[in-house]
Amino acid sequence: MAKNAKASADPNANDRSLIQRILRSWQLYVLLVPALVWLILFAYYPMYGLIIAFKDFKIRAGILASPWADPLFKHFTNFFSTSIASTTIINTILLSVYQLLFSFWVPVVFALLLNQIRSNGARKAIQTISYAPYFLSNVVLVCIISVLFSSTGVVNSILASMGMKIQNFTSEAQYFRPLYIGSSIWQSMGFNAIIYIAALSSISPELYEAALIDGANKFQRVWYIDLPLIMPTVILMFILAVGNIMTIGYEKAWLMQAGGNTSVSEIISTYVYKTGLQSAQYSFATAVGLFNSVVNFIILVIANLIAKKTADISIF
Amino acid sequence: MAKEKTNKTPAAILNVTPTKGDKVFDVINIIIMVLLCIIIVYPLYYVVLASITDPRVVNTGKMLFWPEAPYFKGYQEALTYPQLISGYKNTIWYTFLNAIVALACTIPGAYALSRRDLPGRRPIMFLFTFTMFFNGGIIPMFLTIKSLGIYNTPWALVLPAAVSVYNLIVCRSFFESSLPQDLLEAAQIDGCTDFRFFFQFAIPLSKTIIAVMLLYYATAMWNTFFNALMFLQDDDRMPLQVVLRNLVLSNQLSASASGAEAAEKQKLVDQLKYVIITVSAVPLMIVYPFVQKYFASGVMLGAVKG
Repeated sequence: MAKNAKASADPNANDRSLIQRILRSWQLYVLLVPALVWLILFAYYPMYGLIIAFKDFKIRAGILASPWADPLFKHFTNFFSTSIASTTIINTILLSVYQLLFSFWVPVVFALLLNQIRSNGARKAIQTISYAPYFLSNVVLVCIISVLFSSTGVVNSILASMGMKIQNFTSEAQYFRPLYIGSSIWQSMGFNAIIYIAALSSISPELYEAALIDGANKFQRVWYIDLPLIMPTVILMFILAVGNIMTIGYEKAWLMQAGGNTSVSEIISTYVYKTGLQSAQYSFATAVGLFNSVVNFIILVIANLIAKKTADISIF
Repeated sequence: MAKEKTNKTPAAILNVTPTKGDKVFDVINIIIMVLLCIIIVYPLYYVVLASITDPRVVNTGKMLFWPEAPYFKGYQEALTYPQLISGYKNTIWYTFLNAIVALACTIPGAYALSRRDLPGRRPIMFLFTFTMFFNGGIIPMFLTIKSLGIYNTPWALVLPAAVSVYNLIVCRSFFESSLPQDLLEAAQIDGCTDFRFFFQFAIPLSKTIIAVMLLYYATAMWNTFFNALMFLQDDDRMPLQVVLRNLVLSNQLSASASGAEAAEKQKLVDQLKYVIITVSAVPLMIVYPFVQKYFASGVMLGAVKG
């Protein structure tokens, strides 16, 4: 126990007892070994592999023997000298910012309204239904989009029956973002609301009683009690969401890429996949990916610092 | 979770008769909720209905509300689809393997990290957490898989997914909050080793978290797509999600039914899309109502330290 270490007054004894403590805890380290092996092989070894962003990597030669890039930042400057750099960076940022703007507040409103449903059973049932789509895979989600929004799909038929023109939703650039964001609201609204629902359920009933006695109606109770009290959670979640702005998933964007929509659906991560694994430009793609990771890391650290300051909660 | 159960709306507690404005609020609120539920459920319901309805009816594009013009050839055809069958088998096998490996890595690791007396606990924890914010990215990961010699084997999917740091943190929070410190101290006085305490006390007291972890890892592996695309090569090793994408999104469907007329074939192809989406999503949807409370409790555990 830690107490044993503190009990000894002699500073040398402290060192010795640390070793003793480590030796005594050997069984705990054994329990930790599988996770540590994973950490080294699949988290830190790939990080070491990032140095190929500064090399002219040849798969035969391996990471160490491949020659250094000349100049060292060649692959980065190559990336920034192409027009695709600005396109993918802008697409990445716009997709995430729009996603944040349009989808962030939806679970909050949903949680506030759900909390006003009086029957416990109905509330549980609605909540259960609301997060069902969360567990569908991206592939299933995009497949559903593709069949429902295809030119013969049900959405276009409804439009046609209302006298509107049939649209190529799945391949036209202007529909990519609305479909991407709309489907992600559909998929994750309920799941993202869980945390707000829990925050609402911990509000003391006394507050409502006092408000009722003062004659506050339902809307006022939501506006003046519920909303302010879950605000810290909302702010924290918002900061964390801002921190994740560059990590937007490449899987769904890549799956939704079709026909003419690549002008908006090509984001940094899908571009990395294509150049790296489909055309085997390993060093170049790693450099692009590294650029993305570093920017993302900086944003995350800043967001986390702000979260720490405002809410005294940190993810580190 | 426990908190949610005791939650009652204030009006119910006070037994106040709602005002007229409140009634309007309630009615509008109920309408919104019903609409939301319909929006969430209908697309799924439609896909399932379309999978058992005559494609000629489906292709007219009218909204389907109940089964009409039943047509089950799609399912018969899907059962004979070799890719689909092998995709299913592969996914089940990878999910099973991953569940075992992931639990064996995550549960003991999280337990060790939950022990406050573990020397070096904080720096080790930092090493794990850091990887949530910064990672090598897909190309170095691909090269790692290649250099470990597991490219194009089930391990290429299973081992990288053996630990999810988020899950590890959720699991550690659970151990920290639910295993009483007194129990450990009492056991240690009786000369109980760490191994024995972990296997005899910690694990039996942690059935909930083991269930949550199992579900998290199993759904993640069931839904794995991109890793399979990157780390596997042979068609007969591809999991369900890759097969699904090839068949539905890349239009690689063709009806094999020999002797069938062209029109009949087209009908089958049209229906097969719905059938394949349904069969790949259905296992999760069937299990879901029974396990969803575990998912929610996992979220709340994660929020404690997330």
